[in-house]
Amino acid sequence: MIILQALINGVMAGTLIAVPAIGFTAIFAVLRFPNFAVASYATIGAFAAWWANTTLGLAVIPALLIAFLIAGLVGVVAEETALRGLRGAGALAVAIASIALNLVLENIVRFFFGNDMRGYDLPLMRDLRFSELRIGPQQLQSLALALAIMAAMFLFLAYTRFGKAMRAVADNPDLARLKGIDPARIAIVTVFLGAGLSGAGGVLIGLDTSIDPLTGYRVLLAVFAAAVLGGLGSIPGAVVGALALGLAEELALIVAPATYRTAVGFVAILVMLTFRPRGILGERAT
Amino acid sequence: MLSYAIFTLTICGIYALLALSLNLIWGGVGLVNLGLAGFFAVGAYASAIATGAGAPVLIGWASALVVGAVVGLVVTFATLRLRDDYLAIVTLGFAEVIRLIALNERWLTKGSDGISGIKAPLKAELGLEGFNLFYLALVSVIVLAVYALLRRLDASPYGRAMKAIREDQQLAAFAGKDVLRFKWQAFALSAAIAALAGALYGHFQSYVSPDHFQPLITIYIFLAVTAGGVGRPSGAVLGAYAVVIFLEGTRFATEWLPGLQPVQVAAMREILVGLALILVLHLRPEGLLPERIPKAPPRHSAKS
Repeated sequence: MIILQALINGVMAGTLIAVPAIGFTAIFAVLRFPNFAVASYATIGAFAAWWANTTLGLAVIPALLIAFLIAGLVGVVAEETALRGLRGAGALAVAIASIALNLVLENIVRFFFGNDMRGYDLPLMRDLRFSELRIGPQQLQSLALALAIMAAMFLFLAYTRFGKAMRAVADNPDLARLKGIDPARIAIVTVFLGAGLSGAGGVLIGLDTSIDPLTGYRVLLAVFAAAVLGGLGSIPGAVVGALALGLAEELALIVAPATYRTAVGFVAILVMLTFRPRGILGERAT
Repeated sequence: MLSYAIFTLTICGIYALLALSLNLIWGGVGLVNLGLAGFFAVGAYASAIATGAGAPVLIGWASALVVGAVVGLVVTFATLRLRDDYLAIVTLGFAEVIRLIALNERWLTKGSDGISGIKAPLKAELGLEGFNLFYLALVSVIVLAVYALLRRLDASPYGRAMKAIREDQQLAAFAGKDVLRFKWQAFALSAAIAALAGALYGHFQSYVSPDHFQPLITIYIFLAVTAGGVGRPSGAVLGAYAVVIFLEGTRFATEWLPGLQPVQVAAMREILVGLALILVLHLRPEGLLPERIPKAPPRHSAKS
């Protein structure tokens, strides 16, 4: 029973992490650098939804949409002002600038909202029980929302012009340019989606507990781990990696103290990079 | 005021060691270490624990160097063969894990209480003010020694090979350089220097706790190295002093702003640090002291 409950919790946690992990890996696939600012995009999304929820009185789904839009817009503006000019200087320079950007954005949130924990205004519901297993209705709703977001993302990538162009640029930027795809426009669309998904992920993670300016930073390592486990730059990989990480975390917590949850992601990254650096579904890593 | 200046200059020296550590791998073989705060912590705890168990201070510092180098090798073992961004991700995770260990393994680190009463060398003999002056001199001498060592390294064939790897590792490998060996050696040495900085810090404060090793320190050091000039040890040292003075300056400047909560003042300072790093990367990526690339010696080309 303990193991079954851990498996359920693992799938739940993994599905939520998958949303920002898709955002991170999509940005990596197209722009070829690890964007550390996704942590602050997640935090900004979480606060935008909190504001929509508690001040405007909106329900979870419209608040989630607002979070997606605001985080996406902040992401595009930040990318264009702070990061774009550095692309010529190499991936490491952009990655370092994204860390500085993350610090700036996280502290703008802190400046206006302080360090207090804040909770969403949600109807209270009792946990569902199936003999000895417990599942919260809020968790089920978040799970459904995460699955819906992922389905929308996959449909976008498979069937829309921008989605196909994104995959083309990720696959081979030179060939894509030759086919008349404007890489600058694709970069903007990708950053909007990636930052928006990070923001939505921040909301889904915050719904379960509470939010503060470090909400995004706390899951950053899990997001990285999910993306690396699945293969950096692979969107289906991010989903598989997130589920694997969620399960690994919950199973590890049966034997290890809960405080080491974040460390599971780190160990998972090290093990995967040692034995299969390209990840479960990735292409190459050197 | 004088004791404030002495304190600040000592912190400058410790940050200068961290900046030299980062510059060695970033300006050397082109790797980044986003876990500098973690190596800083490892050194501080290693020396605090060793001297707490009765070892003399010098042995504590030596153990910090060794533990730092070994941990550096462990962290890079899986990633050095891969693209550089993997190392960035792994080192960031490493710093978090070190903080978790420091918080949770109370038998070793005393958890969030931290380790207090770390031996301050010669403090009893010199008195508080004498000790602070002595420690400033000591840290400054160590900075000078590490600086001289790294400068020599830079000018040596070994240093040139490192920079060749930074510029184009395939070409360097083709020229017969063992790229992997240079990378792990440089990383281990760099980690050892960061750990030494941590040990010096711990014995200066007489107290270490997980709160002292926030990831923010890593960002300060990136700002220091970028502002000073990546690839030049003197740039790293200058950058570290500039950053500490900048940080202290923002402390005074933000105190002037009326009507702000303490948390807003803290947030403003961190925003300034982040903006400064972004601006330097855009406007003066070569830093205050740009790297000097020596000209290739004239060659008699073989015309045959």
